[in-house]
Amino acid sequence: MEVDKKDERESESSEQVVNPWEVSAKDGGKIDYDKLIDKFGCQRLDESLIDRVQRLTSRQPHVFLRRGVFFAHRDFNEILDAYEKGDKFYLYTGRGPSSEALHLGHLIPFMFTKYLQEAFKVPLVIQLTDDEKCMWKNLSVEESQRLARENAKDIIACGFDVTKTFIFSDFDYVGGAFYKNMVKVSKCVTLNKAMGIFGFSGEDHIGKLSFPPVQAVPSFPSSFPHLFPGKDNLRCLIPCAIDQDPYFRMTRDVAPRLGYSKPALIESSFFPALQGENGKMSASDPNSAIYVTDTAKDIKNKINRYAFSGGQDSVEKHRELGANLEVDIPVKYLSFFLEDDSELEHIKKEYGEGRMLTGEVKKRLTEVLTEMVERHRRSRAAVTDEMVDAFMAVRPLPSMFE
Amino acid sequence: MGFSKDQLLNRLQELEIDYTKYEHPPVLTVEAQAKYVSSSEGALSKNLFFKDKKHRYYIVSAMVDTKVDMKVLSQRLGLGKGGVRMAPEEALAQLLQVSLGCVTPFAVVNESARDVSLLLDQNFKNQKRCIFHPLSNEVSVSLNTSGLDKFLKSIERDPVYVDLEANPAVGKDQPPDLAVYVPSNSVVIPEITSETSTKQTPPPKSVSAEVKPVASAKPSKPASKGKSVVVENSTLLAFKNPEKFVEEIMDKTSALLLSEVAKGENVEALAETRRKLLTSELTHLAIMFKNTAYTEGFHAGKHSQPKRL
Repeated sequence: MEVDKKDERESESSEQVVNPWEVSAKDGGKIDYDKLIDKFGCQRLDESLIDRVQRLTSRQPHVFLRRGVFFAHRDFNEILDAYEKGDKFYLYTGRGPSSEALHLGHLIPFMFTKYLQEAFKVPLVIQLTDDEKCMWKNLSVEESQRLARENAKDIIACGFDVTKTFIFSDFDYVGGAFYKNMVKVSKCVTLNKAMGIFGFSGEDHIGKLSFPPVQAVPSFPSSFPHLFPGKDNLRCLIPCAIDQDPYFRMTRDVAPRLGYSKPALIESSFFPALQGENGKMSASDPNSAIYVTDTAKDIKNKINRYAFSGGQDSVEKHRELGANLEVDIPVKYLSFFLEDDSELEHIKKEYGEGRMLTGEVKKRLTEVLTEMVERHRRSRAAVTDEMVDAFMAVRPLPSMFE
Repeated sequence: MGFSKDQLLNRLQELEIDYTKYEHPPVLTVEAQAKYVSSSEGALSKNLFFKDKKHRYYIVSAMVDTKVDMKVLSQRLGLGKGGVRMAPEEALAQLLQVSLGCVTPFAVVNESARDVSLLLDQNFKNQKRCIFHPLSNEVSVSLNTSGLDKFLKSIERDPVYVDLEANPAVGKDQPPDLAVYVPSNSVVIPEITSETSTKQTPPPKSVSAEVKPVASAKPSKPASKGKSVVVENSTLLAFKNPEKFVEEIMDKTSALLLSEVAKGENVEALAETRRKLLTSELTHLAIMFKNTAYTEGFHAGKHSQPKRL
């Protein structure tokens, strides 16, 4: 038995691992997203879909769509088909509140979801999986609840509209119609299937085994009777990072058996650590990421000292060969956060051909990030406990589609 | 208006809490207090009033012999090793509404102190009686912790007793054990510019360990800190106050216009991008304004009373 397990683990390290609790590339290299899409069975988000979004929303598609940050989907075209006919949908995303320190990578799904809410004028539910973190990170119940509320403040600071957004924590909300759906879902997933999808084993405690339905049922409108009474056919779109796909593969498998529509997904790639794609962003290494609490000085320091550069070792060599844009982190970060397409193209061209130096690119990045973090900080300061209560109150949202 | 000593003592009587009162000349230190109140009456307490970098305030009340290490406390609260310092005198006056040398658990009776976290020494529980100032440093009262608990519960505070001398490891897998007692709201005290400059004689009864960080603080800190707090205040107002809201919009728009005029070349292309950025910024501002208004309405709704028939 033991020998088998060991072999299993060895073969895993030579392949990339992507699941809700672990993301690692093959042999310490880069994540192969094409392989991932193949393995998971989702679709690439192509230009035609992005054009369609532009037509339907009458505004420029979000920078994350234009730059391929959100690059995969399931049934997004069906959501757009229905939307064109006048059938709305609602958004569902979430966060596992494991720490108070939020970095830019954490904000990405929320920034994108806010854009979707504004562009399509649809309501949003945000799940804070405090129960999950309590179980997986061995936090006390009180601490995970506290972290959920603290994270809620940063989420609200991203600019969600309170008249169209419902934020809930599992410890507060699970019960009633939500729990009924959880039981229905649980009945459709055998132990073996759960172990296969999520990699659970006989050593894991039963709390973990019973968690997946909690993350699945917000995809069903009947889980929120105060929001969507009588709208059982309302479709759901889930913006998330691609490592969450297993939960929703399970959900999509179960949905038809319960007479529910399958939720659609729109998925993002991973945000690289400052030290490069091979590095790991970790809450315990403050220099692996830019945090929303960093000061302008911190940001400048971190970019200058830790951002992995694709520039050459010497100025002469750089002017001759140009920068390696594949591994350069400042350019990567700019492609996430620099709004202006033509400015980004210009930088890539000049830097890639050696006319622009790393210092200049880093300077521009520092400007962009500082402005973002400053704006976030200001909005965060305005979020009171009362505002969190308002967002989390179980209340109807009468103007949710306006 | 802050609670007075008499109002507090009346409240204790109303709650039928058993206490003994000792009057004496005003005392600013535990040593002075000890001259007038002997240890046979109860255990004297030392009381610290401190704050963290995010303007959240704490009272720690401990037995005189209990060693309180501020660095350890700071870590256990999840604030890092040097995350706390003694609170300035203004905070004492504004939040606790007591004078120097008078920090006491009873100060949380004031509405102004609702966001101050109160941590009590576990060792108090082994004592027959403990001694605190009832909001005046000319009086001391001794009472049993059960009496103190009863009082705290009557003002909807959960009594929190902590082993102050414990020094548990804090790391990735061991979250700070006292983090749950960090207040959820920070408090902005208007005259904060004077905070780190002159007045650094902390209330004498407090542990003097934290004078050092302030003294060695870089001179440029007070000025910029003061400025940033003032700036934040006015931006916060923009989210609440329609006049400030419009002012913020006008400021941002005219800044954009001026910079466009200054740039000159290729004004049209520039205008398009800047206009988009401005639109996104102003929309964000408007959303926060809307959320703030909704929240105030929500609060009003929660607390509104039914119509009297």
